[in-house]
Parts: sequence; structure tokens; C-alpha cells
Amino acid sequence: MTPRPLLQVTELTVEYGQRHAPTLRAADGVSFDVRPGETVGLVGESGSGKSTVARAVLGLTPVTSGRIRFDGADITHANRKTRRALSARLQMVFQDPYSSLNPARTIGQTLAEPLLVHSGERGKPVGERVAAMLERVGLPAKAAERYPSQFSGGQRQRVAIARALMTSAELVVCDEPVSALDLSIQAQTLNLLSDLQRELSLSYLFIAHDLPVVRYLSHRVVVLYRGRVMETGPVDLVYERPAHPYTRALLAAVPDPDPRIRTGRHDEPATPRGASQPTATGCPFAPRCAHVVEICRRERPGLLPVDGVPGGASAACHRAAELTPTGNGTVARAVAVGRPGNAHMEET
Amino acid sequence: MGALRLVIRRLLASMPLLFLTSALTFVLVSLVPGDPARTIAGQHSTAEQYRLIRGQLGLDQPLPVQYWNWLTQVFRGDLGSSLFSGEAVTSILQNRLPVSLSLILASTVVSGLAGVALGLLSARRGGVLMKIVDGLALFGLAAPPFWLALLVIEVFAVTLRWFPVTGYVPLEEDPGGWAGSLVLPVVSIALGAVAIIAKQTRDSVLDTMNRDFIRVMQANGFSPRSILYRHILRNAALPIVTVLGVLMVSLLGAVVFVETVFAMPGVASLTQQATVQHDIPVIQGAVLYITVFVIVVNLVVDLAYVRLDPRVRTS
Amino acid sequence: MKTTSRLLRRPAAVVAVAWLVLLTVATACAPLIAAHGPLDQDLSHVLALPSASHPLGTDSLGRDLLSRLLYGGQPALLAVAEALVAHLVVGVTLGLVAGYLGGWADTLITRVGDLLFALPAIIIVLVVLSVFPGNLHAAMITFGVLGSPGLIRVLRSRTLGIRQEMYVAAARVCGLSDAQILLRHVLPRLTSTVIVQAALFSAVAVIIQAGLGFLGLGAQPPAPSWGGLVADASQVIDRDPWMLVPAGVPLVLTVVALSMLGDAIRDSAVESWSVSKLATASAPPPVAKEHAEAPVPGALLSVRDLTVEIDGVPVVQGVSFDVMPGETLGVVGESGCGKSVTALGVLGLVPGNGRVTGGRVVFAGTDLTASPTELARVRGSGIAYVSQDPMVALDPTFTVLSQLREAVRRHSGANREQARERVLELLAMVGVPDPEGVAGRYPHQLSGGLAQRVLIALALAGRPKLLIADEPTTALDVSVQKEILTLLHTLQRRTGIAVLIVTHDWGVVATLCHRSLVMYAGQVVEQADVESMFVRPLHPYTAGLLAANPHRAAHGHALTTIPGTVPSPREWPVGCRFAARCPYAGDDCRAAPVALTGPAPARLTRCLHVEELVSEGARL
Repeated sequence: MTPRPLLQVTELTVEYGQRHAPTLRAADGVSFDVRPGETVGLVGESGSGKSTVARAVLGLTPVTSGRIRFDGADITHANRKTRRALSARLQMVFQDPYSSLNPARTIGQTLAEPLLVHSGERGKPVGERVAAMLERVGLPAKAAERYPSQFSGGQRQRVAIARALMTSAELVVCDEPVSALDLSIQAQTLNLLSDLQRELSLSYLFIAHDLPVVRYLSHRVVVLYRGRVMETGPVDLVYERPAHPYTRALLAAVPDPDPRIRTGRHDEPATPRGASQPTATGCPFAPRCAHVVEICRRERPGLLPVDGVPGGASAACHRAAELTPTGNGTVARAVAVGRPGNAHMEET
Repeated sequence: MGALRLVIRRLLASMPLLFLTSALTFVLVSLVPGDPARTIAGQHSTAEQYRLIRGQLGLDQPLPVQYWNWLTQVFRGDLGSSLFSGEAVTSILQNRLPVSLSLILASTVVSGLAGVALGLLSARRGGVLMKIVDGLALFGLAAPPFWLALLVIEVFAVTLRWFPVTGYVPLEEDPGGWAGSLVLPVVSIALGAVAIIAKQTRDSVLDTMNRDFIRVMQANGFSPRSILYRHILRNAALPIVTVLGVLMVSLLGAVVFVETVFAMPGVASLTQQATVQHDIPVIQGAVLYITVFVIVVNLVVDLAYVRLDPRVRTS
Repeated sequence: MKTTSRLLRRPAAVVAVAWLVLLTVATACAPLIAAHGPLDQDLSHVLALPSASHPLGTDSLGRDLLSRLLYGGQPALLAVAEALVAHLVVGVTLGLVAGYLGGWADTLITRVGDLLFALPAIIIVLVVLSVFPGNLHAAMITFGVLGSPGLIRVLRSRTLGIRQEMYVAAARVCGLSDAQILLRHVLPRLTSTVIVQAALFSAVAVIIQAGLGFLGLGAQPPAPSWGGLVADASQVIDRDPWMLVPAGVPLVLTVVALSMLGDAIRDSAVESWSVSKLATASAPPPVAKEHAEAPVPGALLSVRDLTVEIDGVPVVQGVSFDVMPGETLGVVGESGCGKSVTALGVLGLVPGNGRVTGGRVVFAGTDLTASPTELARVRGSGIAYVSQDPMVALDPTFTVLSQLREAVRRHSGANREQARERVLELLAMVGVPDPEGVAGRYPHQLSGGLAQRVLIALALAGRPKLLIADEPTTALDVSVQKEILTLLHTLQRRTGIAVLIVTHDWGVVATLCHRSLVMYAGQVVEQADVESMFVRPLHPYTAGLLAANPHRAAHGHALTTIPGTVPSPREWPVGCRFAARCPYAGDDCRAAPVALTGPAPARLTRCLHVEELVSEGARL
């Protein structure tokens, strides 16, 4: 059947203690897995907990409960030594190409760093490997002698990718790797990531708020809202037939770059989303949902398969079955009991 | 509403500071090699007389007990009396407090007003004025206050005879004389402070000018006057107030020297004399007063923050 | 070291170092330099002015001042060194521990540091001196320790800042140990801070050391000391004012040198790894002479040949466009192409050292470039502006009501109560759910979407005819973005306001704009109505940018990309600025500036190979 997952995250919960406020649950029972050679996209708006999940996987933030396995081994609370060993196979590319490279160290020094831990090699072989990797990501070998400030954002992100691949990485966690880049540079970087994946059979956990970018690169997608998984499944299925109202709202909000569609051209009064907080036991999206019914506020929906098809999508919505569009992408028009103010967030 | 709670909280939080300084002073003076009882009793006293005096001074008790006794006395408003004059420490300090407070407050007001004005001017004009402020800041920081004091005495008191050379005139006796006696000391204390405030003002005004909301206001037609005096100055005020608070405490150092040079009977020069004389109750009393002063300054700075920054007020 | 050589290129630093070295050497070699002993009295030459045998004159006992200065320097420098060592040992250790470890260690150190910081150091030093009379070592070490909270604070916050940098997280992911991270990433970033702080602290220590000597608490007479010299001078001030000079000036010079050195080190440390592009005053690249047409009749805004320079370098060159009443015009391009500068240039507000150096901006028939007063009048009441990040676009120290009311009163002369009514009206108009409640809030109490609505309300306060919106949705979440776009569209329908929107997002252009302008390297490269531009772009850059959008790309197929990056203003070539990245570029493109042409009605492009582009259906 399906190959054994490379990364398996089960019921991951991360809480941040705050000094003058109640504990913040940044990730709340998040489960998903990443198979070898696969890209899983993690999408959501700010505050959805997507970066927290990434940091937890890399051991950069402590896990409150749940389990993270890498290649079968439990790494939830891995110690420093295990992490050191693991770092050869599990790597990360950060969002901000300006902060992720030490401005006072040359590119060569930065790229040699992962090798320092793993093989202890110094001198010529390292230099050669650095040069080879730089050329592989499309930078001249002599870039090794220069400082990050001499490079543009896109070039720095190439360096950051090179750093992640200096050791034989199998899974690379990419936290918004292209969101700080301009359109033409973004496309170059996405192509690079996708070429490298093919060549090196890499797996990516790809975190982004930009839905088209996630769709382009991912095989499967996980939609997060307020630390919880709202929907997950094969990317085309989720994008073509979103089962969760939140997923639909997100997709509908993306302005379509086609002037003939003009999705945003409504004349409804634009009311900002409600400020009311979700109930502790109900669906976190209930206060914003156009299809909310009484049960949504009372009972938290489980993440259940939408069509009962293996390998299909799962959604955490009480009304997923009745609301999910069928077949050719038209919305099955259930009687909307939502507030009119939120109607513009629905695809029409 | 929040202000009163803040005052109470800050006062409670500053209690450790009072204990720390008083305990520290206590421990330090207990290490003094000289024995005040021996000094007071005189060289020809008998062992019996010496023991008696020690007993009177409480010096025969263990150190923590001495400290406790002193503390309970303090809470009753009794700081003991000078080992030399026999005068109550509270009354000595009460007499000298106005001198030091006059110096510090006058220096703070002068450096605040002149500094902000100069800073604002140099932020708007730039160029030569900016260089002058920089140069003045460098000189003001570098010139030791006691040397600067001598320099202004030489020029304005000895040569030009504009102001008295030394001394202090109490405010209630002769306000004009009081002001005259403060001019030179304040100049020696505040020159560096003016420059520091001017530099800080310029930096934070320039910094604020480049912030987004100022551009938004300019673009949407707010009046340039209002942008400068209402919005920029208010936002730039926070770091200035912080620096002013720190400065007020650090001016104490300059005050020690300036009171000495100008022969002004203040708390700071009292501390220095008591240091030379090993007059322990006076030192302890003076340190206590100075610590209270520091606490009050910090409190005022905190309140200014609450007034100026809604983020502090509402969180 | 690189930093050292950079440091020595600064004249101020060289002078400062020279003085400090001279002082140290002269002090150390005092017996070789001074012709007299510091205690040798010459009663026939008391209070003498400088002469050949006494280069700095003598004191009231006829002792040589130069000699006393040099011999007095030995204990002075030693005392400063002691204070400095104590200061650094305590400050660096605790600052690093607090910043890097965090947790309870941080809390403890910060608390104790705050307490110490509030102590008046000089008073405690006096108490110490009363315990150890004349012991300058104890006094200076105490002073060093008491001064360390300042250093602890600085280093703690620097370390904390560095610890949160992504490159430290990256090093952790790479498996580096704490020791390795400290050694490679934290300490090197701190050295310059420590040196700067050390220089500044030494300056203070010099003054304190001399002050203690002045008060008679240091070396006892007749031993020479710097502070003692000033005290001696004060005794004879009415007879011999000269003595103030040798007593004080070396002190002042030393402190000045230390502060200047501190500043210079700070500046050169930053310079060593930041870009040092030399400001070569090269001539700006030429532009093609274009027929600067007269403003289109009926246009609300006509910009002609707008040129903006920042620090003498042109960043926007010869930009012309019109905005018709009620129209939405999009300005598209990547960062560094001059979109935002163009938008601000219209309002005569170029950031930093920039200024509009050429061209005309005509608004509703009035030439704004010719009249600063007209320009000031039009801002807010004719043309309003909304910036990119709403969270920093409002004054954090005033309530929403207070800021909006100021804008309303500025433009209408309404009284306070009328203005308040109008503010609530404006807030309701931009879809704020609870105008009364929101009006009473401060900016930090607003969410991003709400802040952007308030900002739009602020812009509408003067009933403008044109709204310039600079990336108004970029900083927002996608669902909030959509709300703001809908709001802009609704407002436009209701009030007939024209909008000039700067964006990099094709989705925003498609959703909101009637016409669009594509900018590349400071120039307009294409202009067309939005539908034609999307369907049939007439510039290779537009075509490439449209194709690079992953929105419609199929998974597994490589995205079409434009190779290379946008050149910076200093690298603009003479010919077509896009040539280096263009598949159609030939020698003709590189030879001379390319002019805007109109290959089709109502369309403009700056390309010599439009035919090829169109016939191939965009090879990009």
C-alpha cells in the first residue's frame, strides 16, 4: 500500500504560557504525515499555528502533548544528541532570507556549518562541496567568499536552500520560503525547489499563506485554523471541491488574476469578520461560518473522510456532507442560514 | 484609575531597593576599622567608660540586631544622631536637602528645556547646528564637573564678577540671591546634560519623522505645525523622558563635586564629609534619603510613561 | 582584522588612538620624559607659566606640572583599568547568561541589575571609601561593578535579539551545540558592542577617578594625581588661572578620545559587513525623448515626465500617465521598480533624501509642481493617501477619534462636536462595525483589517477626488485582503472617487483596476486597459510577470520564469533596461534608450520587438 510515512505527526498540541494571559494553544491536536518524496502543504492565516507546527517538528519549540515520529522513531522530546544526528536528514528553510543568514559570516562559512556537525571535515573537500552546492542552486561558486548583504533576497533564499541540502536531507521544512520574494524571483525559487525534489527525492513540509503557491508545489494539503486541522486531502481535490466552509472562504478570498472573472466585484456591504470568540467546546470557525447551526457551537466536529473514499479528503465540519460540492465543482446549495454579512466570503 | 495602582505597585516593588541599600551600607560600615565608641570616648577613657558608650550606641549587639534596631528606629522617623555634632540626623538632612534638591531640580529643568529646544532646532535645521550640538555633547560629557565648575568660577565670578564665587542663599531668605547662587553650579552640572538631552531629542525626532504614520499625515494634509508639535514630539518624548530620568539620578555624582567646589551645604557634600569623618549615622541617613529620591524619580518617569504611551496605560 | 583597517581609515579614530597611545607611553616612560621629579620643589619658580625648563609651568610649591601630570597618570590609568576589568567581567558574563539562557537566570539577573542600576554609584563609592580610606582600588572595582547593569542590559537585549534571529534557529537545526552557536554566531556580533561600551565606560571612569582625587579621597598629597592637580589649581585660582589648563585639558582630551573611539568602532563595525557601494557620481542613464503630450482633456490627474532622485541617483525617470475621474489605475511591478516612489512623488513626498527633480503633476487643472501651496492644499482634500502596513500608519499615542477628528477639522473647519459626528459617519462608511467603540480605541487595540479601514476613513476625511493606495492589502491575511478590496470597490461605486493603486499582485489588478501601468527599473514599460493587458501583454516583462504567477500553473510543470533580477538604479544600462533578462533582446535593444510607442489604440509599450512577442504568443 502506501509507503511508510517519513514524518508522522499525531495529535500535536503546543501551548505557550503567557505572563499576563491565559495559556495560548497555538497547535491543537494536529495530525498529518509526510511520505517520502512528497510535498505536504500547510496553509492558514496568521495565528493558525502553521509555523508552530514547523518549529515543533524541528524541536525549536517544546511540545505539550502528541507525538512526532521521523522515519518511525519518536522524536517528540528528542534530546540534543538525537537532534544533532537527526539534523543531517531533517532540515529547514526559513521565511526571511535576511534574518536567516548571519550577516557577519561569509556564505561559505554558513554553508560549511552543517558539515561541521556531521563529518567534521575541513579544508578542501568542504570547499568543493560548498562550491558544488552553490552551483547546483544557481549561484556562482565564488559567492562563497562574499557576505549575505551583497546578495538580493532571492539569491539569499538560494543560499538558505543550499544550506539545508549540504547534508543528505530527506525532509526539508519550508516556512513561507517565497513569501518575501517578488513574483519573478518567487517563480525561480519554486522551480528550484521542485527540481531539487525530483533530483534528490526530497520530502517537503511546505508552509505558506499563499494558496496558489501551495497548490503549485504540494501533493497534499492541510488547512489549519486557530491551531486545528479544518481539512486535509489531495491538493486538487481540496482546491476543486473544498469540503469545509473555511477552506471555501479562503479559496474564494484569493483574488483571481483574470479580469474577466472579477471575483471581488460585489456590492455587498463589506463587514469585517466578527470579533466574537469561538466557544471552548464548539467548532473554532463557528463565529465566522455562514452555515453555522446550533450543533457547531456545542460540539467540536471530528476530522472525518468526506466521501468515504480511501485517500480522499477529510474535513472537520458537521455539515461537510451536505455542503460539499459534487462532481463538477458547483456548490451544492444548501439553505444558507448564515449571516448576510459573511455572504461575500462564499463562492457564488 | 490605573495610575494609582501603578504608583502602589511601583512603590512596593522599590521596597527591596531601600532594604538593599540600607543593608549594604550597614554591612559596609560595620567593616570600618575605626571604632566610633573609641573615638567618642577619647584616648584616655577607661575600659568601663568605653563599654558604656558602646552599649549606648548599641555597638555591642550582633550586626543583624543592630540593623533591626536601626530599621525600627527609621520607621519611627528617627535616624539617630551625628557621632560628632550630636545633632539629630533628620534635622541635619532636613537643613541640607533644599540645597541639593534645588541644584538637581534646577539642572533637570534647564537641561530638559534647553536640551529639547536645541534638539528640535537641530533636527529641523540640521547642518551647522547639528555639528554644534554634537561638539557640545562631546565636550559636556568629557569635561569633569569639578573642573568645569572651576572654569566658570574663573570666568564669571573671578574675572567678570557676575555671580558669587561660592555659597548658597536659601530661597526663603532672598529669592534673587538664591537664583544667583544657583546659576554657576547649575551651569557646571547641566552643560553635559543639555547636550545629552539635545542629542537624544534630535535622534528620536529624526527617527519619528521617518515613521509611516507621519508620512500618512503629511500626505493627507495635516498641518505641519500639528505634525511636529503634536505628533512627532509626543512620540519622540518617550525616549527623552527615559534619558531624563536616568540623567537625574546620575546628576547626583556631579552634585557631589559641585557642592564641594561651591561650598554649598547640601546632602551630597554632607555624605562626602561624613565619609571622611566616619560619621556612620549620617552616612546611613544620607544614603536612605538619596535612595528615596531615586525611587521618587523612577516613579515620576513611570507615570510620565503612562501619561505619554497608551500602550502602557491600556495593557 | 578587517574592522581594524576600516577603523584606521577614519581620521577621528586615528587622532583618538594616537592621543591614547601617546598618553599611555608618556605615562609609562615618565622618568625618561620629565626633567624633574614629581616632588622636586623649586621655590624660586612657584606658579610659573610654561617655560623651557617647565613646559607646562609649576604649582605653588614650584613643582613641575608636566612631571606631576605624567606620574599622576600611572595610578590614574591603573585605576581606570581596574574599574574596566571589573565592569567587563561582571557585565559580559551576566549579560550573556541572561540573554542566552533566559528563564529564571534572566529574571534574577535582570531584577538585581535593575536594583543596582537605580543605585547612585558615586554615593556607594563614597561609602566604600569611608570603609577603606584611601583605597582607590576598592573604590574603582566597586565603581566597575556598580556600572555593570548598564552593560548587562545592553548585552542582554543584544543577545536576546541575536538568539531570536533565524540564523541561530538555522544553526540549531543544523545541530550545532550551544557552545558552537555562542562562539560562531553570538560572540562575534557582540564584540563591537562590548568594545564600544568599554570605551564609553572608561571615559566615565577617568572622570570618576579624577573626581575622587579632587575630593582628596585618592592618593594622598604630596603624591601626584590628576584629580589632585585640579584641587591644587582650585587653591590658586585667583592667583594663577593658567594652572586650570594643564590640570584639566589632558583629562578632557582623554575622555573625548575615548568617546570618539567608541563611536568610530561602532560605525566601522556596522560598515564591515554591510554593503559599501560607493556613491559614484555617474551620469544618470539617458532616456528616450518622448513627446510629452499635453494633459488629456478631462483627466483628474496628469503626470508628465516625472523624475525622482534619491541621493542624487534617479530612481524614477520620465514617468507619464493620466487618471480619469472615477477610474482605478493599477501600478504594477516588482520591488525596486519605483512604484511607491512614483505614488509618493505625485504628492511631493519622497522618502529620505529624495526629491522630485523633473516633470509636472497636474491635478484638476492645477500644476502642483509649480506651486508648493497648491500642493499642500490638495493633500488630503484633493488627493489622499493610504500606506502599506496599517499597523504602523496611525499615530500610536492618539485615539482613532482624535486622529480622525484632526483630519476632519483640518479639511472642513467643523467644530469638535460636528467633527465627531463626521468621524462616526466616516467609520460607518468604511464598514467599521462599532464606530463609537472603535473611535475610542488606540491603534494598538485594532486588528490589521480594522486599522486599514480606519486608515481609509482618515484618507476620506477631506472628501478627496483621488485616493493613492500603496499596497493596501499586502500586509493583511487573505480573507481580510478580500474585505478591503471589496470595500475599496464599494466606496468607489458610491463616491465616484478615483483610485491609484500600487501593487505587485495581479489578482488585485484584475479585481479592482480599469487600467494598469507596468513599471520596470524606474520607467513605465507598458500601459493598457486591464483586460487587454492580461490577454495580450505587449511587453516581455509584463508577459513574464503574468506567466510567473503560480495561480493558474499546473502542478509538476515548471513555472515560466524571468531569469535574473531587477537591476538597482546604479546599474541601469543605456539601452532597454529589461534587455539582460529578455529572450527577445537584440543588439538594437542594448544600443540606445527605447521609447514608449503605441502599437495599438490606447496601448503603450517600451519594446522594439512587440511584433515577435505577439506572433509567438509569449515565448516567456
